[in-house]
Amino acid sequence: MSALVDSSSGTPSAVQVDLRREFNEVGIGEVLDQLDRELIGLKPVKTRIREIASLLLIERIRKRMSLTSDVPTLHMSFTGNPGTGKTTVALRIASILHRLGFVRRGQVVSVTRDELVGQYIGHTAPKTKEILKKAMGGVLFIDEAYYLHRPDNERDYGQEAIEILLQVMESQREDLVVILAGYGDRMDKFFGSNPGFRSRIAHHIDFPDYADDELLAIADLMLADMNYRFSAGAREAFVRYIALRKTQPLFSNARSIRNALDRMRLRQANRLVADLDRVLTADDIMSLEAADVLASRVFSQNA
Amino acid sequence: MRVTQGCFSFLPDLTDEQISAQVQYCLGKGWAVNIEFTDDPHPRNTFWEMWGLPMFDLRDAAGVMMELNACRKVYGDRYIRMSAFDSSHGWESVRLSFIVNRPKDEPGFRLERHEVDGRNIRYTTKSYAVDRPEGGRYGGK
Repeated sequence: MSALVDSSSGTPSAVQVDLRREFNEVGIGEVLDQLDRELIGLKPVKTRIREIASLLLIERIRKRMSLTSDVPTLHMSFTGNPGTGKTTVALRIASILHRLGFVRRGQVVSVTRDELVGQYIGHTAPKTKEILKKAMGGVLFIDEAYYLHRPDNERDYGQEAIEILLQVMESQREDLVVILAGYGDRMDKFFGSNPGFRSRIAHHIDFPDYADDELLAIADLMLADMNYRFSAGAREAFVRYIALRKTQPLFSNARSIRNALDRMRLRQANRLVADLDRVLTADDIMSLEAADVLASRVFSQNA
Repeated sequence: MRVTQGCFSFLPDLTDEQISAQVQYCLGKGWAVNIEFTDDPHPRNTFWEMWGLPMFDLRDAAGVMMELNACRKVYGDRYIRMSAFDSSHGWESVRLSFIVNRPKDEPGFRLERHEVDGRNIRYTTKSYAVDRPEGGRYGGK
């Protein structure tokens, strides 16, 4: 490859780039693989992140070849139902941006309305600025961003925070990446009343709900992390559990699964303790039985 | 007369890029960087006013530079300095301080001789700038 590079010519068109080496050098392949491995489903999200990563990689090379272009706008908005992995993805994005050198430090500062908006006149600006300063060089993740805007109260201090945010998002694009997150319909309303936000955000990423088999895979992954496992019967029961739970109100995807697993651990522990004379093996302690799943309220309500 | 106080004061004025690099060094050490300003240049004046709050938990110099620029907009005609505070046990004090902004025209100091107790003399340095009231010392209002 190096033999092809004509070092005597200074024009950028003559320089050749080994894309694979560049790719390996920044180590985003690793992060993207980890994303594939640890996050189940979320196809459109992963595609978008890959696209962004590729763009940034090319942008990096262009910069080296002194083909100047503006710093790409990296502010994003994540919309999706509860428990679809918005916060988790934000953390990964920060690490990708950091590896590519588009944020200098790569920390994620996660805030909600409380940390940005003050209690009285003159309190909001210093508070918002303090958070912005902490997030400089990294990613500012604003969860449930629509709470910043209270349409029913004209004198709400949230508007002041929004104005400061917008100003910094525009003028210090190379210092800070802002990610807004929230539930889809409410974010749409929020952007509707703050058109400035919509246009300053380049990437609107929608997080789809998980399918049944994806939720099961998530449960397996969570259990493996906690050093538990399903017995064959429990697994089969859990498939039914997911199908039932999805039809009930207040279902919040991966978060509901986590809560369900926590309750199953409770029931398993209770079942084990009920028989004190038994000698336990590691296998007994690790496995969740069908009874632990079937005792759930979800089944009794539908029966 | 050029006031020389704190670090780097015998060097030419630092550029913004150099200031930013120094601040980043401080943040890397875990020190909190603060911005202070005054229009009383006397070397024994330890009471500089603080711009905003102390900035703990910052990771990147960009945040400090944003505040410095805001401070310059309001008090660009005065002395502004950065001080880096080390909160770790045993130190709990300022580790580094340097001037980042100074008035265009620094009138300097005069030496006052005060005759006391017969032929004895006591000396005082006084800044020409403080002859004028606070706020109007360097061509401000």
